Amino acid sequence: MSVRDLLPIVAVVGVLALIPFGASANTVLNFLVFTLIIAIAAQGWNILGGYGGQFSFGHAAFFGTGAYATAMLQVHLGLNAWVAFAIGIGAGAMVGLVIGFLSFRSGLRGSYFSLITLAFAEVLRIVANASAITGGAAGLLIKLDVRPANFQFHSRAAFFWIGLALVALVLVLTRWLEHSRFGAQLMAVRENEDAARALGVDALTVKLGAIALSAAITAAAGCLYAQYFLYLDSTIAYGLWISVEALLAPIVGGIGTVFGPLIGALALHGLGNLTSLMAGRIPGIDLVVYGALLVLVVAFAPDGLLGLVKRLRARLFRRAATETA
Amino acid sequence: MFAPEIVLTAVLNGLLTGSVYALVALGLTLVYGVLHIINFAHGALLTAAMFAVLVAHLGLGLDPYVAILILTPLFFALGYLLQRFVIGPAGHGSDTNLLLVTLGLSIVIENALLAVFRSDTRSIDVPYAFASIDIGFTLLSVPRVVAFVVALAVALALGAILTLTDIGKGIRAVAKEKLGAALVGIDVNHVYAVTFGLGTACLAVAACLLMPTFYVTPRVGNAFVLVAFTIVVLGGMGSILGALLGGFIVGVVESLCGLYFGESLGQIGVFLIFILVLLVRPTGLFGAKA
Amino acid sequence: MLAVERITKRFGGLVAINDASLSAGQGRITGLIGPNGAGKTTLFAVIAGFEPPTAGRVLFEDIDITTEPVHRRAHRGIARTFQIMQPFAGLTVRDNIAVGAHLRHRARKDALEKAEAVARQVGLGGVLDRQADGLTVAGRKRLELGRALATAPKLLLLDEVLAGLNPSEIRDMIPVIDAIRESGLTILMIEHVMQAVMGLCQHIYVLAEGRIIAEGPPDAISRNPRVVEAYLGHGAAARRRGSEASHV
Repeated sequence: MSVRDLLPIVAVVGVLALIPFGASANTVLNFLVFTLIIAIAAQGWNILGGYGGQFSFGHAAFFGTGAYATAMLQVHLGLNAWVAFAIGIGAGAMVGLVIGFLSFRSGLRGSYFSLITLAFAEVLRIVANASAITGGAAGLLIKLDVRPANFQFHSRAAFFWIGLALVALVLVLTRWLEHSRFGAQLMAVRENEDAARALGVDALTVKLGAIALSAAITAAAGCLYAQYFLYLDSTIAYGLWISVEALLAPIVGGIGTVFGPLIGALALHGLGNLTSLMAGRIPGIDLVVYGALLVLVVAFAPDGLLGLVKRLRARLFRRAATETA
Repeated sequence: MFAPEIVLTAVLNGLLTGSVYALVALGLTLVYGVLHIINFAHGALLTAAMFAVLVAHLGLGLDPYVAILILTPLFFALGYLLQRFVIGPAGHGSDTNLLLVTLGLSIVIENALLAVFRSDTRSIDVPYAFASIDIGFTLLSVPRVVAFVVALAVALALGAILTLTDIGKGIRAVAKEKLGAALVGIDVNHVYAVTFGLGTACLAVAACLLMPTFYVTPRVGNAFVLVAFTIVVLGGMGSILGALLGGFIVGVVESLCGLYFGESLGQIGVFLIFILVLLVRPTGLFGAKA
Repeated sequence: MLAVERITKRFGGLVAINDASLSAGQGRITGLIGPNGAGKTTLFAVIAGFEPPTAGRVLFEDIDITTEPVHRRAHRGIARTFQIMQPFAGLTVRDNIAVGAHLRHRARKDALEKAEAVARQVGLGGVLDRQADGLTVAGRKRLELGRALATAPKLLLLDEVLAGLNPSEIRDMIPVIDAIRESGLTILMIEHVMQAVMGLCQHIYVLAEGRIIAEGPPDAISRNPRVVEAYLGHGAAARRRGSEASHV
């Protein structure tokens, strides 16, 4: 991976990092932190879905595990918040491995895989809703104790920069993936699993690696959510909403690309907020737009916004070339 | 340990619930068997149907059982149009695309209902809602027995349509061999749309049967759709008999789980079955190879 | 190098391969021919590991690999092409071949370099950056070959690599295959294009209805009456002899 590969990432992250200096209103920062959390979760999904071609409909299972793990370790064991964060990521990866092992070992692909991930997330939600250790239906509250050592900050900008750092980390990781042997094998499995096996790719191991990585990243998003909002319940942690957000953003932004999830998250949430502002506080209106957008993107722009941009550029170049000819 | 009457009651109630589950699953399995798509919008469409029953009752004073006659053709048309002009064209024939399109549709429908009706739980008041039959050792709710009978009747009718009518034969032809069916002059797009319409029509009937004893919120379809998926996978994608049997099995399991593990964990039995079936025998009891 | 011992493969009631044995000698091109539906591709699937045999063994370099998974066999040095082409459609030619190269090269740079070299070897040097699904049929055949070669195999299983090519494309492919053999590889090829089989193979096996009905050098096979009957039907051999006699 060369400096040239990292340049776009540095540029984008650099520009975004300046935002809190220009727009310091709480509502704006709130919106941005939340959007970054979604972006991280989406980046996780993108590894398994975009690069691996395995469409999970239950990424909430990893988000919620990270969130609950972080919260429970602090609430029940008094563990340091940063340590709990790290363990939360690990717990997410573990859950990913278990679900991946069960599903891939049985040879589940395509829609069946999507369905089973949905089921796993639901099982976790039901269990979390019914267990005392997760606070049951009442949920879990992390004690408010605003100190940096506690991963709690007065300034929302601090959360924003931490979220941005995580996003940047995963952007670099994704770029590395694109240039690595693991990434090449993963994409081969996505395109044609049998052909990949014939070329010596251990498809099962590759898919397990992908789901573990994907789960760890999405779990990190969950951990950050828990630290920022300090409250969880089973619907927030394991609900369908986060599974949908995690897959919608990459698809809208550009599936299987480095920046797709980030662009998608910003576009979707920007659009969502815009819709809410214009249509008033009608609950569900922003999601109606999301759903419609999903249908439109799949119908007319399967490569998402980045794909549209690529196609436009190609068309402009062709026109320029014929004009100078 | 529970007394045998209590267990038996749970089983019977499970069968009654299961029949309506089966009715919901029928539409799903039919759509999969013919179009080979997993319709994620199924639950949202059920919710829409249930709200339609609500509106028909509150707005027009229609009894849910009477509403069956109006809503069934209405929802058939809705399903037909959705498949013909939205899902089919947007999907470009790719499996993953269709999955995403139906997911998008479900989000749109569910949240549109949320925007219009808000999230309060609503239900309708009918005089026979609490009527019951005494069968000796227990009481059975009349609306649920009616639901059982109607659901079975619909399943039979669906089977009859598929075997005896021309369009039914067309549907079966397309399910078996799409290209061949097209080559002998069957309008595949029309057949797809009719199949989808039949699926939503089943949902309309199910909604009318549920409303007397159930409640409706914009999210209620979600609970049903996952159960429906379990039934379809258990019974075998594309098998009507499988959907019926699967519905009964799932209904009974859910009822017994609720009895032994408490209400909040009752649903977990269903999902565990789902996961187990997918891992061990994805083709289900009666399904063809996936 | 490769020894297939008494392989039987049943699919439910259908016996696809019946007690078939063959061996591929090191550094030689061995042919596997037979009428359509004889079970040749199924036999390949068993050798490569995509299908477990109902009975029998597969030995590679005297090691029993009958139960080894597909990717392990690739590590050992068995590579195959597919009759129904399986490109990585969304990737470029270079990236396609690089997946194969990655088997022996961990670093991306090395794999890409190897991919370029192999592409030139099979005549795809000019289309390295084209998407795989944008290639012609001949191009895709070469891509299949290139991908398999990039894994630096010892044994190459070619499944109808000439099918669907016009005569001039076939003429261009034959020296490529011969060059591969000269570089030291062992080749086992399923083929219908007789001119290629007779010209390239040192030893040929004939599979009909799941059974090996004949084996030997090309000229013995072409004169074997049982082989003629397998392709042209019962009594064809006698009819041919009769018509040959009357043309004297």
